[in-house]
Amino acid sequence: MYAFTYERPKSVEEAVNLLKKSGEAKLLAGGQTLLPAMKLRLASPGTIVDLSKVAGLSGVKRDGNDIVIGAMTKHVDVMNSAEVQKSIPALAHLVSVLGDPAVRNRGTIGGSLANNDPSADYPAAVLALNATVQTNKRKIAADDFFKGLFETALAGDEIIEAVRFPVPEKAGYEKFRNPASRFALVGVFVAKGKDGARVAVTGAGESGVFRVKEMEAALGKDFSAKAIEGIKVPAKGMIADLHGTAEYRAHLIGVLARRALAAAK
Amino acid sequence: MSATGIGAAVRRKEDQRFITGTGNYTSDISRPGELRAYFVRSPHAHATIKKVDTKAAEKMPGVAAVLTGADLANDKIGGLICGWAITSKDGTPMKMGAHPAIAADKVRCVGDAVAVVLAETLRQARDAAEAVEVDYGVLPSVVDPAKAAAKGAPQIHDVAPNNMIYDWHLGDKAATDAAFASAKHVTKLDIINNRLVPNAMEPRAAIAEYDQGNDALTLWNTSQNPHVARLVISAFVGMAPEHKLRVIAPDVGGGFGSKIFIYPEEVVALWAARRVKRPVKWVSDRSEAFLTDAHGRDHVTHAELAIDANNKITGLRVHTIANIGAYMSTFSSSVPTYLYATLLSGQYAIPAIYAEVDAVYTNTAPVDAYRGAGRPEATFVVERLVEVAARELGLDPAEFRRKNFVKSFPHQTPVIMTYDAGDYDASLTKAMDLIDYKNFGKRKAESEKHGKLRGIGFSTYIEACGIAPSQAVGSLGAGVGLWESAEVRVNPTGSIEILTGSHSHGQGHETTFAQLVSDRLGVPIETVSVVHGDTDKVQFGMGTYGSRSGAVGMSAIVKALDKIEAKAKKVAGYMMEASGDDIEFKDGKFTVKGTDKSVGWGDVTLNAYIAHKFTGGQLEPGLKEGAFYDPTNFTFPAGCHIAEVEIDPETGKTTIAKWVAVDDFGNIINPMIVEGQVHGGIAQGVGQAMLEGASYNSDGQLVTGSFMDYAMPRAADLPSFKVDTTVTPCPSNPLGIKGCGEAGAIASPAALINAITNAVGHENVPMPATPSTVWKAAQGGMKKAAE
Ligand SMILES: Cc1cc2nc3c(=O)[nH]c(=O)nc-3n(C[C@H](O)[C@H](O)[C@H](O)COP(=O)(O)OP(=O)(O)OC[C@H]3O[C@@H](n4cnc5c(N)ncnc54)[C@H](O)[C@@H]3O)c2cc1C
Repeated sequence: MYAFTYERPKSVEEAVNLLKKSGEAKLLAGGQTLLPAMKLRLASPGTIVDLSKVAGLSGVKRDGNDIVIGAMTKHVDVMNSAEVQKSIPALAHLVSVLGDPAVRNRGTIGGSLANNDPSADYPAAVLALNATVQTNKRKIAADDFFKGLFETALAGDEIIEAVRFPVPEKAGYEKFRNPASRFALVGVFVAKGKDGARVAVTGAGESGVFRVKEMEAALGKDFSAKAIEGIKVPAKGMIADLHGTAEYRAHLIGVLARRALAAAK
Repeated sequence: MSATGIGAAVRRKEDQRFITGTGNYTSDISRPGELRAYFVRSPHAHATIKKVDTKAAEKMPGVAAVLTGADLANDKIGGLICGWAITSKDGTPMKMGAHPAIAADKVRCVGDAVAVVLAETLRQARDAAEAVEVDYGVLPSVVDPAKAAAKGAPQIHDVAPNNMIYDWHLGDKAATDAAFASAKHVTKLDIINNRLVPNAMEPRAAIAEYDQGNDALTLWNTSQNPHVARLVISAFVGMAPEHKLRVIAPDVGGGFGSKIFIYPEEVVALWAARRVKRPVKWVSDRSEAFLTDAHGRDHVTHAELAIDANNKITGLRVHTIANIGAYMSTFSSSVPTYLYATLLSGQYAIPAIYAEVDAVYTNTAPVDAYRGAGRPEATFVVERLVEVAARELGLDPAEFRRKNFVKSFPHQTPVIMTYDAGDYDASLTKAMDLIDYKNFGKRKAESEKHGKLRGIGFSTYIEACGIAPSQAVGSLGAGVGLWESAEVRVNPTGSIEILTGSHSHGQGHETTFAQLVSDRLGVPIETVSVVHGDTDKVQFGMGTYGSRSGAVGMSAIVKALDKIEAKAKKVAGYMMEASGDDIEFKDGKFTVKGTDKSVGWGDVTLNAYIAHKFTGGQLEPGLKEGAFYDPTNFTFPAGCHIAEVEIDPETGKTTIAKWVAVDDFGNIINPMIVEGQVHGGIAQGVGQAMLEGASYNSDGQLVTGSFMDYAMPRAADLPSFKVDTTVTPCPSNPLGIKGCGEAGAIASPAALINAITNAVGHENVPMPATPSTVWKAAQGGMKKAAE
């Protein structure tokens, strides 16, 4: 780690000012991504703006037909939230297979989304559930938020405040773990909402999380595993590495989508 | 059997400090005024070093010195060596390239050290290391052992044309060719034994301190064999005479072979400490460990088995290319030769064997012994071949093995070894009972009902442990003898210190060695302590590896205890006015034969020191004896592992449903510790077979440089093991011990791959059998079934 200035603002406004003041500043949430990168000297922010003391950024609440999760809400608190377990059990399940207890007790939803790791779990839920990312500046629809590997629509001085998930009729998440990192080798989130069915895939795409429109069309008529049986996702554009070929990942999407559908609640 | 004697499951004495965080590891030690060392390492796999500019770094805060390969050469510090001479087929010696502790002219793998920064704090050292400017002339590199000797491949060491270190062979080629010529069936297999990163829990570390007044050096390091480290650093590196160099290996958190070797960083720490006259501390981080710890395995093999009309194996032919890496590590040459080819007979009576091994340099980290060292590679070759042969011939794999087992002992194999004792039928039968082999078909049908594939795989392994008779290894090229030493120091109050040349880094010697003493002298185990790992305390020793501490290390203790008992009897004789020959010793009591006159252990030990009852002329005071034990043969642990797997053909995910291990380790000192060794060994073997694999890309970058990409086995990857034993005592050592430290890692990869290939109906499943790989094989297998 290199030396850095540590700031702990009390409000979003103060945090934004700190970000603006120093071009080299980085927000710190749970630190589960940022701190390892700093320790390996892969990231070297001049200033760390710790969000832990900013009021109002964490917690889960129901707002009409939406579940709103504050950006600083820890994974473990989403997993254990009675509201999430009741309204979107697939989301509670997703968090239960994210990382390990240490990671779940520090990492946050805001940090995970801002980071947009192509193998992270949350992006699949946000995209499939057609959630809205609420920042200090605007509301960003899930379809506009993810911009490729580790890239998002966030501006340099933009802070995620909360994520708004419409409660689906039914949803399911199936993850196949990378044997080493235990991130998603492939993860598929399926959801049936008021605007129809959505299928989002993480871990597989060369440019990050993506939707499978062909499956969505079939599921719009019949939200069941059977409805997508014949649908094959092409291997083109899939990640190929030590842990799996592109063909394997493409194949897993079908398998996991069917399993997610079978388990959807 | 007493509660703390031989055969008792005594809880580990050392765990008190390990599980309360009060152990004393090298990195826990700090010396007054110490500097922290940080190495500047090559980002290139192969490059000339045109210039190393240290000026900017030297001016950085806290920096005491920045030293380079040129400084090392100027100070005439010698390079590292490989201590086992192997001779090629044509009689020429192996071609060992120079291995300076800091590269001066050329780097040969990513992570090669090019400079070291010494600073007040680690952070300052690291900051300054980034300011060292190295001008590299990047060269093409080669990482694949199968391509290293090809025409036009980059040349890594001038002394080794075509990167060929040796092309060695063992066995009778003509007899083997004849066996193949008359064979009824030949089974052929191409095998890659995947490269592994050891990943001991504790990364390597070294602290060096220079005592100016006495011109002496002390090194604390994470070593499995501090005396060998001292010998090599003194005699070959030329750092300091042996009596001016003390090496201490305190608590060491796992080694698995990777801490046998002498590494550049400890040499540099010693040299630098003397140069700057301040203690120097270096602690590897995990990233450095991935890059610079000696890796394991990495063989490319073609093997063939000849079988006659009676389903008897008549010949075995093996050609292996062994990747040695960028430099020859301390025992690297012996691993793919005498620790490998000598075990190719497995548990079978094979009349003719011929093995050829080409050892090559590549632009990768050095490769050396890793748990099992050569024997896992041999077992994998033999047990895969035998399994595939049985399948090709439509024979039950267990019965085919049984038919070919060695059945009488001693048995001379065609590849040097003389097996001394064993009962391979017994362990196979017991393992089959334990896994309920009879009903495997039912379980398979049940799995199929749920859309799952099920497979079962055997591995009837043998290993040569308790290494080793010094004369034998000397004749095979070893630069050292492989005996062990022990000293028993009895204090006046009767408590006992055992000094051993073995080194415990997880094996539990402080418990098992104390059990031996408690058993033998009838004293409470609490009164025995075991001292190891310090060249100033223990005079000499060969250390711990090759499952040798029980068979060799404890045998030395037995010899010393014999002498202690003889002397103590004499003392007791003087006390009771009887001849020493008339004294019987049992359960801690000395009795005059045929009388009720007796004295206890504590009385005798006190009298040995006060010496009031005898004059110095009659008997020397004191009670302290030492012994060196040199084994007369290797020991041959053997047994049978059976793995049963269930595979999800849609995802390729393999679940280990059952695992049975029946091992013959000879006599057992502590069954709990033995079981733990077996569990850990299986876990490591499962790691190799299903999860682990070090991978370099074509530019020589280590792709699996962290746990994000290098998959270590986790508890959830493993089933509950069924572990049992059969016993044929080892005839060549006084305790009848064979050794158990490596068996699990040796046996298990073949059992698991045999089970997976059985399930998917395809032999071509390489290690690690990741879900992606197994899925592909299962697809092929299903296609075949449908045709
Ligand atoms: C061992 C391990 C295993 C893991 N396994 C998984 C897994 O299986 N699945 C998975 O999805 N993830 C996994 N993770 C990642 C984990 O979920 C992280 O917690 C998450 O990616 C980042 O969240 P954080 O709160 O720790 O963010 P930090 O590390 O603090 O920050 C990450 C990035 O987000 C930015 N940021 C943080 N908060 C905000 C905000 N409110 N607005 C704008 N930008 C912000 C930061 O500036 C930084 O760039 C794992 C991590 C580890 C260490």
